[in-house]
Amino acid sequence: MPPVSQAWLNELYQKESSRVLSTLIRLLGDFDLAEEALHDAFAAALTQWPGGGIPDNPRAWLVSTGRFKAIDQLRRKARFDVSYEDVAERLEAELVAGEEEEHGIEDDRLRLIFTCCHPGLAPEARLALTLREVCGLTTEEIARAFITATPTLAQRIVRAKAKIRDAGIPYEVPEADQLAERLESVLQVIYLIFNEGYSASVGDTLLRHDLAAEAIRLARLLCTLLPEPEAMGLLALLLLQDSRRAARVTADGDLVLLEQQDRALWDRQQISEGSNLVVRALASRRFGPYTLQAAIAALHAEADSVEATDWPQIVGLYDALLTLTPSPVIELNRAVAVAMRDGPAQGLHLIDSLLARGELIDYHLSHAARADLHRRLDRKDEARAAYRRALELVQQGPEQRFLARRLAELDVG
Amino acid sequence: MKYLALVYYDEKLMEQKSQQEWDALNRECIACVEGLSKDGHYITGSPLLPTSAATTVRVRDNRVTVTDGPFAETKEQLAGFYMLEARDLNEAIALAGKIPPARYGSVEVRPARELVETGNQAGGNAAEPVEEETGEAP
Repeated sequence: MPPVSQAWLNELYQKESSRVLSTLIRLLGDFDLAEEALHDAFAAALTQWPGGGIPDNPRAWLVSTGRFKAIDQLRRKARFDVSYEDVAERLEAELVAGEEEEHGIEDDRLRLIFTCCHPGLAPEARLALTLREVCGLTTEEIARAFITATPTLAQRIVRAKAKIRDAGIPYEVPEADQLAERLESVLQVIYLIFNEGYSASVGDTLLRHDLAAEAIRLARLLCTLLPEPEAMGLLALLLLQDSRRAARVTADGDLVLLEQQDRALWDRQQISEGSNLVVRALASRRFGPYTLQAAIAALHAEADSVEATDWPQIVGLYDALLTLTPSPVIELNRAVAVAMRDGPAQGLHLIDSLLARGELIDYHLSHAARADLHRRLDRKDEARAAYRRALELVQQGPEQRFLARRLAELDVG
Repeated sequence: MKYLALVYYDEKLMEQKSQQEWDALNRECIACVEGLSKDGHYITGSPLLPTSAATTVRVRDNRVTVTDGPFAETKEQLAGFYMLEARDLNEAIALAGKIPPARYGSVEVRPARELVETGNQAGGNAAEPVEEETGEAP
């Protein structure tokens, strides 16, 4: 038996707090009450376990202790406000009736995920609530990662919890007819958390990287709890994108394009796990946009070079993606793939017709892509003009430096 | 003929009212409902929790989409109301998705609150102060 030290308890907290919390929320029917109960239970463990020994099932002990502590708490509050008396009585009655543990603890974790990602909550509140309640990050950690003031973030979480309570957002995995749409909201939250960690160029890079790792952990948890094809597709997409992390920026924080990345730096283990998931998701024939994007990422990841990439299949996957979710940004990506398959002129033609339709005119990447294709066709003046337009529109430092470098190279080459 | 009276007000201004002012107003509302009922004018109605507790549902291409709160800009006006009995927000969203005008406009789903003489708050239950949001390990 390990000695009960603060460090050991901290480790137990890391491992079990989210599970215990998710069950306490179901049993107590209130986020704040459950959080308080969770902390009380761990505090009790810290005083009781060193002398009395660790219980056989620490998780069950924590749940039941938390429950008793919550009822005590309500009884204390009832002395000043009788309205708490009813709640305390109901919880005690349930405790006596012993309706418990037939719901698996894993179901509670899934309930918690669906509740935190409920589309009735504001989008930014979903991210914050999920990171705090499901991933167990502190409000300070989340605030730092999102470069938001802690009180602002705390307020966002308080409002979200109030909405859950006041609007009657249930603590449940949605029924079959709502599941697909709700799963979409969960997947979107995970994807946004990942993107926040992966693509943003401001703030503390280490903390942001943690967000990407958290998102992968969440996607993995979701796949275990609910092995839906799109959940697998999302996990695959995150793994495949993350596999290129070491190669996509230089030590100075400059962006490296896919074609110039050192493929030896790509994480082979993540690539093979991602690719296997893509195959499984595609085989289900119930896949969606995340799986298709992952399939495209897998084709890039498995190729030895840009030239050796299976561009015809990538164009085909973009076609499928456009049928599912029509979007000018996907059309732009498809145009770049077409340029690789059929030549720069063909790609350019597609981008120009996109712009002629009034789409993506103010999007720096459409001009950057045009510039690159003109450059490959050796049309320096057109390339220069397009790089300048892209530079006017770009927001992020590393992308800005990349475009400026390309523009300068034109004059040398 | 039937009429639906929809009450609009500036929530921020109402939240600034003192508890006494707010209680007095609620008592006036109760008296008003009693008066209307006695005269046979009152069919059904309810005060609502503030917009911070609202959820908006839409149906486009047979897909239900859900967003937080009502629209900030007042381009869409209330066109009628259904009082629904639902187990929770998920059931209410499912019911709201069946209302035909959801295809053209939107249906705002808002929980009703109890009209009591004293003790309720202009900000609903949501107006709790921020506290203990750190959640550190023990």
